[in-house]
Amino acid sequence: MKKFGSFNIFSLIVGFSFLYIPIILLILFSFNESRLVTVWGGFSTKWYGELLQNQGIKDAAWVTIKVAFVSSTIATILGTIAGLVMTRFGNFKGRTLFSGMIYAPMVMPEVIIGLSTLLMFVALAIDRGIFTVTLAHITFSMCYVAVVVQSRMSSYDDSLTEAALDLGCTPFRTFILITLPIILPAVISGWLLSFTLSLDDLVIASFTSGPGSTTLPMKIYSMVRLGVTPEINAVSTILVGVVTLGVITASLIGRRQKQQILKTQHT
Amino acid sequence: MQTNPNFFKSIFNGRNAVIAIPYIWLLLLFLLPFIYVLKISFAETIYARPPYSSLLIWGDSWLPSIKASFDNYLFLFSDSLYIKAYLSSLKIAFISTILTLIIGYSIAYSVARAPTRWRGILLMLVILPFWTSFLIRVYAWIGILKTEGLLNLALMSIGIIEKPLMIMNTDLAVYIGIVYSYLPFMILPLYANLEKMDMSLLEAAADLGCRPFKTFWTVTVPLSLSGIIAGCFLVFIPVMGEFVIPDLLGGSETLMIGKVLWTEFFYNRDWPVASAVAILLLAILVVPIMLYQRSQEKAIS
Repeated sequence: MKKFGSFNIFSLIVGFSFLYIPIILLILFSFNESRLVTVWGGFSTKWYGELLQNQGIKDAAWVTIKVAFVSSTIATILGTIAGLVMTRFGNFKGRTLFSGMIYAPMVMPEVIIGLSTLLMFVALAIDRGIFTVTLAHITFSMCYVAVVVQSRMSSYDDSLTEAALDLGCTPFRTFILITLPIILPAVISGWLLSFTLSLDDLVIASFTSGPGSTTLPMKIYSMVRLGVTPEINAVSTILVGVVTLGVITASLIGRRQKQQILKTQHT
Repeated sequence: MQTNPNFFKSIFNGRNAVIAIPYIWLLLLFLLPFIYVLKISFAETIYARPPYSSLLIWGDSWLPSIKASFDNYLFLFSDSLYIKAYLSSLKIAFISTILTLIIGYSIAYSVARAPTRWRGILLMLVILPFWTSFLIRVYAWIGILKTEGLLNLALMSIGIIEKPLMIMNTDLAVYIGIVYSYLPFMILPLYANLEKMDMSLLEAAADLGCRPFKTFWTVTVPLSLSGIIAGCFLVFIPVMGEFVIPDLLGGSETLMIGKVLWTEFFYNRDWPVASAVAILLLAILVVPIMLYQRSQEKAIS
């Protein structure tokens, strides 16, 4: 039977062109000399220079990095625990509600999450700012981490953990010495995923941030509303570059880990 | 009455403490907020900080009187704008889910049938845009679709069209934006499913004289149903409340409930009506969300 035919090649070419042409054009026009985004006026890096002069963008970038770093770190800890609970704790009371609260934020429209979180902060008289954005980001990011960790946990053999526990190792030490090294690639990719989710979020940050805590997507959004400019293309290109580097690094770490596991199994 | 000390011990053991950490976090920061939305959806808009009335009125008596009104919900049904926005969101979400499914299926199918050594890199190429900022990916389409944009320039220079196409600020632009942004969400569950498929079943069908097209419909599609369901939920539910895409690519006629909610909250500062809009949207989505959760749990176990 023909496995990989011309239809497959055609749909891959069309599909990947559709996915990548807009991003490639975006990057290309960030190096455009002309202020007009659609007319090529020669190669130039002047928009990147202009970016460095823009204090508003620099402030927003700094806020975003701080929020993303703190929220992804806490979300990874909470999400790893949640993933562990989902796979290794059997049926406990309230499990359905727990898994509902893990899966729902991943599909729930962001406007609903943003509005509800904000209304609670206001009702509890918590001042809006970097702190509230971080709390909101931790909450939705930890669900993604939980799902990533959970899928890794459900695909590995539990006998090592049982052996350690049988030999008198405490549950906490067993987790640190046995479980964590095995699920580490999932934990790292969970952290990276949380970091980019926080870096990208516009809607939830718009609801939960206050004066002085404008994030980069919020800044970009307000610039986009005024029109398409090469400056936006330049800042977008930097963001795309950072994320691409992160994803490639993560996949290399994952591959190396896999090869090491294969090596130890062969010797 | 004396409480059994073992009772407390059994509740505060290590196992429950571990469960409690993420559980309490989600209860406080995910579930509790909805109670406030529900509460404020029954309040009245007032000029104050915060801009809504209190539901409990502490009068002279020792019991507070409750002052809840259904006015916000009645308002949503009396002004045709809101009903139209809900229906239009349903329509846009439904059509774009179907479009994403058709395009996503052909890509996922082709990646799953590609030679094994290519699959890893092809899959990474699918995932990469998913990691890139949503806002930036939507923004990229503005430069392409607008009247003096790259698509029109290209088509006019080849001579296919004489007058520029008006795509920007129409529903068509919104569909393009949604399909583009949500495509990876559809491809990933479909690929996970198609990759595991037992090829011998397809060979058996072919050996027995089944034509490729019929094999696809009677064997491949039914076997990948769980992937189709997961992908459709992952697209349909968030698109129902989508704000960024209709705001940046859509026109004034593009009605979507996420945009209405945003306008009520940020421009009209009508928090109670925005809350009522959110509660109704949640009511529409609660069944799909529960079905999605069940399908995910099944996949894990």
